[in-house]
Amino acid sequence: MENFFQVKSYGKKAGKERAEENTDLQPWVEKYRPKTIDDVSAQEHIVAVLSKTLSSKNLPHMLFYGPPGTGKTSTILALARQLFGPDNFRNRVLELNASDERGISIVREKIKNFARQTPRAEVGVSSDGRTYPCPPYKIIILDEADSMTQDAQAALRRIMENHARITRFCLVCNYVTRIIEPLASRCSKFRFKPLDPAATTARLQHIATAEKVAAPPPVISALISASSGDLRRAITYLQSIARLHSASSTETEIVPEDVQEIAGVVPDEVVKGFARSLGVDVQSDDEDIEMDGDSERPRGFDAIRRKVRDFMLEGFSASQIISQLHDLIVLHPTLTARQKAKCALAMAEADKALCDGADEELWILEVAVRVHRAVLA
Amino acid sequence: MDNLVIQYRPRKLDELHYHHGLSERLKSLASSGDFPHMLFYGPSGAGKKTRIACTLRELFGPGVEKLKIDQRVFMTPSRRKLDVNVVQSNYHIELTPSEVGNYDRVVIQEILKEIAQTQQVDISARHRFKVVIINEADSLTRDAQAALRRTMEKYTTNMRLILCANSTSRLIAPIRSRCLLVRVPAPSMEDVVGVLEYVAGRACRGNSPDHAACTVVAKEAAGNVRKAILALEALRMQNPLFSEPITVAKPDWETYCQRVGDMIVQEQSPARVMEVRAKYYELLSHCIPPTVIIKTVADRVVDKVDENLKADVMHWAAIYENRMRVGNKKIFHLEAWTVKVMSIVKHFFYDIDLTGFDDYP
Ligand SMILES: Nc1ncnc2c1ncn2[C@@H]1O[C@H](COP(=O)(O)OP(=O)(O)O)[C@@H](O)[C@H]1O
Ligand SMILES: [Mg+2]
Repeated sequence: MENFFQVKSYGKKAGKERAEENTDLQPWVEKYRPKTIDDVSAQEHIVAVLSKTLSSKNLPHMLFYGPPGTGKTSTILALARQLFGPDNFRNRVLELNASDERGISIVREKIKNFARQTPRAEVGVSSDGRTYPCPPYKIIILDEADSMTQDAQAALRRIMENHARITRFCLVCNYVTRIIEPLASRCSKFRFKPLDPAATTARLQHIATAEKVAAPPPVISALISASSGDLRRAITYLQSIARLHSASSTETEIVPEDVQEIAGVVPDEVVKGFARSLGVDVQSDDEDIEMDGDSERPRGFDAIRRKVRDFMLEGFSASQIISQLHDLIVLHPTLTARQKAKCALAMAEADKALCDGADEELWILEVAVRVHRAVLA
Repeated sequence: MDNLVIQYRPRKLDELHYHHGLSERLKSLASSGDFPHMLFYGPSGAGKKTRIACTLRELFGPGVEKLKIDQRVFMTPSRRKLDVNVVQSNYHIELTPSEVGNYDRVVIQEILKEIAQTQQVDISARHRFKVVIINEADSLTRDAQAALRRTMEKYTTNMRLILCANSTSRLIAPIRSRCLLVRVPAPSMEDVVGVLEYVAGRACRGNSPDHAACTVVAKEAAGNVRKAILALEALRMQNPLFSEPITVAKPDWETYCQRVGDMIVQEQSPARVMEVRAKYYELLSHCIPPTVIIKTVADRVVDKVDENLKADVMHWAAIYENRMRVGNKKIFHLEAWTVKVMSIVKHFFYDIDLTGFDDYP
């Protein structure tokens, strides 16, 4: 127990000193992680509610939920920092995430022990010359709480109640339904929305400017569509591209295709070619490819099978291909609703099978054959 | 003596034979100082591991080749002991957590905490971080993947991850979004021929196979470099002068699976099911993965049956392979698929209309 906290705080300290030494080498998601809750973009409602707690000294138990990369972890960390300041952060905040052992015995020992310690009163000016509210409670952050077992969650319930006077919990998760009801009902719930394109654009442009990266609008929109509302992903991609470009010898502009390659997106032309070989009528942007499109007309099962094999050799991921093929078919201008429905059915089954860990090649083939049948019917 | 695969494995990014653009990019990333977490993915035999090893060398220099192999013991919360093999240098550690099946999370937690909380002792090291290489990352349980998430953000000063996988489909989105994805496609036929010519030129001085012979071997390997080099080695044993005709021996299990496929096509009867079943047991007892069995047999069946049946045969292979993964007894599903295929073939032969009889959509 003793040992656990020592190791932890040592690790943190080492991390912090180093980080200050060299922010250049930091991943941008960390470097541009919001420092205060006002820096958090696009979650205005949540920020407004939490700002009040900064002055009122009162904080409920909280449950943050929403898709990845929408600012959940950043928000609670920023709030905790603003409440306690750098000096007291460590003795007032316990952050545990899925990489920490959080089985029932840990809940019973570590979390309980931390929860029942009475916080020392802290007044006066902090070492950075500022004053912090430092309210008389501690915060336990259980990040990625949806990976905790039901038993462990059940054990939390009592602790939450017994020590509510001196300890607040903040549970953070992607799926609110994975948190047991008695726990969820004790918390104020905050739903984090996927970031809208305007907010993402603003944030990305801010970072690009600060890092002196030329990211023209088409690149920004490629980033946004490749990351579907997940700002962490968008920022990671931006940094990867910037790295590759600053390091490469040739002076070329960043283009949207760079984003697709890095994000694991299958190039549009490849998906179109695949669809065409299944008999789906696809217009190409490129005249030349349209021409040899004719030679890609379906030639029975063996042709489809060969195509699928080539696809696997290219290393594209099955779920990625299927989701892009899905978009192409669902938005297709001339296929009938019935045809689209049949394709969608095949893709839904494939998605489930892939989640069960089924073989990728067999299922791409299955989807391919069924799409082929549906469009020819 | 080491086999040719190991002996002629490139050790630096510059020495890699194909995907030169990718090698360039990795090189610039390794020299730029802010190296990201990475996820290498692609089909097996495309050269992911070799590329990772070369990238490591580019990052840290020849020191990464001084390897220690250790067996580490981990303890589950329920006090079960787990033995895991790890390979490490002063700069990195490599492990395959899927070796311990459902307990992989414990291993991940322990190793990452340990790496994250120790600082690089070698002050002359080019980077302050250590690299953790996780093989077969797509076999990690959900729990283990969850354990990686926040760690990947929290300990970036001391640690970088390199994940190696066949596909990204089975990795949870939060992991994918924390990595730079590096796709390693299978090399083209010409690329494989190039590698074979290089290896043969060094290994079989004097009696090298000619371009045509290398092409035969490369074609058979279908983009798998490891398979191609092993086939070359086998060929050299049988036919040291590489004289015509060049025939590439298939692995025994493959020939065996094809024979099973033929048996299914030739006769459909309860007695034949029993014979096939015995063959499946034989294959399974030689540790041939059931997925490989069903796919290889199905491929053969598809080659032999009427065009109208091909799609159905593969459809049921997909269905039963999936059940096999979810279920427990592999043999049940192999058998069930066999019976299904026999029934389709037989019905087709007697021209019985199957509509309304079957649940195939
Ligand atoms: N609403 C937001 N405003 C500003 N930055 C954000 C926001 N959401 C995510 N980010 C960026 O993405 C990174 C990951 O955000 P995080 O709060 O860890 O997401 P999660 O919701 O998955 O916990 C942060 O470091 C930050 O750079
Ligand atoms: Mg988070």
